[in-house]
Amino acid sequence: MKIIYTDVLIIGGGLAGLRVATGAKERGHDTVVLTLVPPKRSHSAAAQGGMQASLANCKMGEGDNEDVHFSDTVKGSDWGADQEVARMFVHCAPKAIRELAAWGVPWTRVQRGDHTSVINAEKVVINERDEAHGLITARDFGGTKKWRTCYTSDGTGHSMLFAMGNKAHQDKVEIHERLEAMSLIHENGRCYGAIARNLMSGELVAYIAKATTIATGGYGRIYSVSTNAIICQGMGQAIALETGIATLGNMEAIQFHPTAIVPVGILTTEGCRGDGGLLLDKDGYRFMPDYEPEKKELASRDVVSRRMTEHIRKGKGVKSRYGDHLWLDITILGRAHIEKNLREVKEICENFLGIDPAVDWIPVRPTQHYSMGGIRTKYTGESQTLKGLYSCGEAACWDMHGFNRLGGNSVSETVVAGMLVAEYISDFCDSPESSINIHTSTIEKFLNKEKEKIDALLSKKNGEDAYVLRRRMEEIMMSKVGIFRNGVDLQEAVDELEELCKRSKNIEVFRSKSRAANPALFNAYRTQRMLKLALTVAYGALLRTESRGAHSREDFPMRDDENWLKRTLTSWPNENQTLPSVSYEEIPIGNMEIPPGFRGYGKDMTEAHPESKMRQATVDVIREKLESEGASRFEIQNALMPFLDKLPKKYRGTNERLGENV
Amino acid sequence: MSEEKAPRILKINILRFDPNNPQDFPQIQTFEVEEAYGMTLYVVLNEIREHQDNSLMFDFVCRAGICGSCSMLVNGRPTLACRTLTSKLDENITLAPLPLFKLIKDLSIYSGEWMHYLNEHLETWIHDKEKEVNVDKLEERMEPALADEIYELDRCVECGCCVAACGTIQMKPNFVGAVGLNKVARYHLDPRDKRTDEEYYELIGDENGVFGCMTLLGCEDVCPKDLPLQSKIAYLRRMMLKTGLKS
Repeated sequence: MKIIYTDVLIIGGGLAGLRVATGAKERGHDTVVLTLVPPKRSHSAAAQGGMQASLANCKMGEGDNEDVHFSDTVKGSDWGADQEVARMFVHCAPKAIRELAAWGVPWTRVQRGDHTSVINAEKVVINERDEAHGLITARDFGGTKKWRTCYTSDGTGHSMLFAMGNKAHQDKVEIHERLEAMSLIHENGRCYGAIARNLMSGELVAYIAKATTIATGGYGRIYSVSTNAIICQGMGQAIALETGIATLGNMEAIQFHPTAIVPVGILTTEGCRGDGGLLLDKDGYRFMPDYEPEKKELASRDVVSRRMTEHIRKGKGVKSRYGDHLWLDITILGRAHIEKNLREVKEICENFLGIDPAVDWIPVRPTQHYSMGGIRTKYTGESQTLKGLYSCGEAACWDMHGFNRLGGNSVSETVVAGMLVAEYISDFCDSPESSINIHTSTIEKFLNKEKEKIDALLSKKNGEDAYVLRRRMEEIMMSKVGIFRNGVDLQEAVDELEELCKRSKNIEVFRSKSRAANPALFNAYRTQRMLKLALTVAYGALLRTESRGAHSREDFPMRDDENWLKRTLTSWPNENQTLPSVSYEEIPIGNMEIPPGFRGYGKDMTEAHPESKMRQATVDVIREKLESEGASRFEIQNALMPFLDKLPKKYRGTNERLGENV
Repeated sequence: MSEEKAPRILKINILRFDPNNPQDFPQIQTFEVEEAYGMTLYVVLNEIREHQDNSLMFDFVCRAGICGSCSMLVNGRPTLACRTLTSKLDENITLAPLPLFKLIKDLSIYSGEWMHYLNEHLETWIHDKEKEVNVDKLEERMEPALADEIYELDRCVECGCCVAACGTIQMKPNFVGAVGLNKVARYHLDPRDKRTDEEYYELIGDENGVFGCMTLLGCEDVCPKDLPLQSKIAYLRRMMLKTGLKS
């Protein structure tokens, strides 16, 4: 049996995983990163539009700060976010971007003087301040009050991931490539690492670590059409679920991005609309102002996706052999702008659609894009129930996004959570309680279990075809657990997925029997796990009889704070279960900095919680009193909801901005 | 869009080999796939795997031309398969793994190992011994045009197409290739990296570096990101020559 010992095992080599790795390494801990693909090929690279950080450098970002970013994030989450976590995040986002600037990301910079932008379909001249020249600039994104999304053209994720990957090279972080984590090793409520499988040779290896971090991204590929990379199959969440101890949070919270191209579902960035692009229907009519007069195309993603679907249902979609779609028009931005700031979009249009977006409209429709749900953690990134197991980035439900994530907050979360969780993990590794105390016989038991599962898949006769089960699952998720949901469809989805899940125990790997590089084999066991995840999503959606953020129930259109201001927790305590166990975690109003209210889209559909009003009154009194005493915004914030003491000491400092704290 | 015509039947010839299997030997296997509107090689290969041969190994990640995983030889030319539309090809299509990299199986190659070594060897990161980053302070300023210029070179996705198309590397396996030279040009341009010309000379001032290039420029022809490899290699060569003569 091959056993590799390390201090910190990290599963997943995207932005979040690499940031944890370099952070832990710099604190002196031995780290190993397991990855399915070379780290620089991770899905982080596909983030196009940008990273939110309240730097307030550009003219349209002036006046921005942590408070505004916080308010946008909480409202965007439809009050599902953990507000303390959201505060920690907005406080550290400027630090993370400045760190990345020092590590080499060529952020697009402010150019002093006049430039022309398109705002609400009109050309507007904006004058940038002299003193901001050369600092990091930002663009507009949906659901934000200020221009806060920092970028490098529309290859932001790529630049960030390469800078991060190069930092990992510099720090000599050990990367074990094409290794897939198959199960977590745990005993007495403590995680000790993972059994991994070498996808080239088929060898099973036990990795034993003080702390294990899952940073494997989202689970979008349980849907048939997703903007996600094909490796985003939720295997991190699945192996956590299979411990029976770790819990997953809000799995039903799934984001649909308004503008993926038809039919292949490749993303065109929100930057297209942020920079002034419009959504048009079959008549070339700009319909968003009719639905959302204030934010129009730049309402939150969940809102725009729903409005587009409503409009298509009214018969206003463009007919195509792949179903109805709408148009994204960026021609108004001009060729020069597109070739400089939206060049990935241009390449994608040319290569996959054969069109020139400076001249032609782009066929788009809402498509699965982001998983707000994931491994439920404390603010430290540690699982609430399995000690020594950590998670961050899209893989986790930390939970700063609640039921809808703002564009630009995802890559931002990866690096912020990564730098914080690296510190908490390092503190844990420095403490005596992190000692590894597990018998090799126990390790062997976990390894043999994986070996037996693979043997069974390869030797099964007259079994099920994994591809058939998987395709059916993807279709069910798309048609019944999509943008608009209802009880009848969701019940059917749960019933059929449960049936598929039972059948998946009988999967046979046909013909291709090799243990080494064998795509049929990994498709088989991943399908089994994806079905469990699909059930956590569909079942959570069925039980949540309200509409909140991206979870929209036609039969329960109200956001029901009185009954549903809580997080869904799913677990799978017994292997023979065919449905996950579900419980709930209250989201307390009593300590919220911004008590639940109206998000400001359409008409107010909130069933208010009686406590919300009380808390709002308390907040108002504190704010008024301190303001009259001339208190700073930091003092007021601290009186409402202190959070700084939760941060690692090195990240508690006040952020400098032009004209503030300089 | 000739949607009404009967679809073509594509003949996909794939060079297959499983180095893990001692009994196996390299051979071309042909699959037939009915062409569909907007079909890419990503769709073709997945159809073959799901319906005809589930052991066929290939690599896709983003399938959007962004990550660089799916580079392979399409009719002999290195390119990204995911964004290759079949409508642009003849109905006879031959696919083979990129040469020079270690073969995992069929069309799947171990390019990660090669690129990892390259990055470590060329130290493709910001070198600044003096600086402790203070993340609370305003970021250092940079001229907007310079940031754009750095981004232009930063767009390399390490797909390996330039390596497969390089004549020099066939003869000198330790040659860093256009991918390596482009990275050096990128860091040389970046004022945050404090390495001197002499230090760069140590890295690439030899025949495994910029003086090894025979200027065949296959790299420039095949780069899926249209990086200005030719002009950057020429620039580095002039700069290194100057540095070499000085010392």
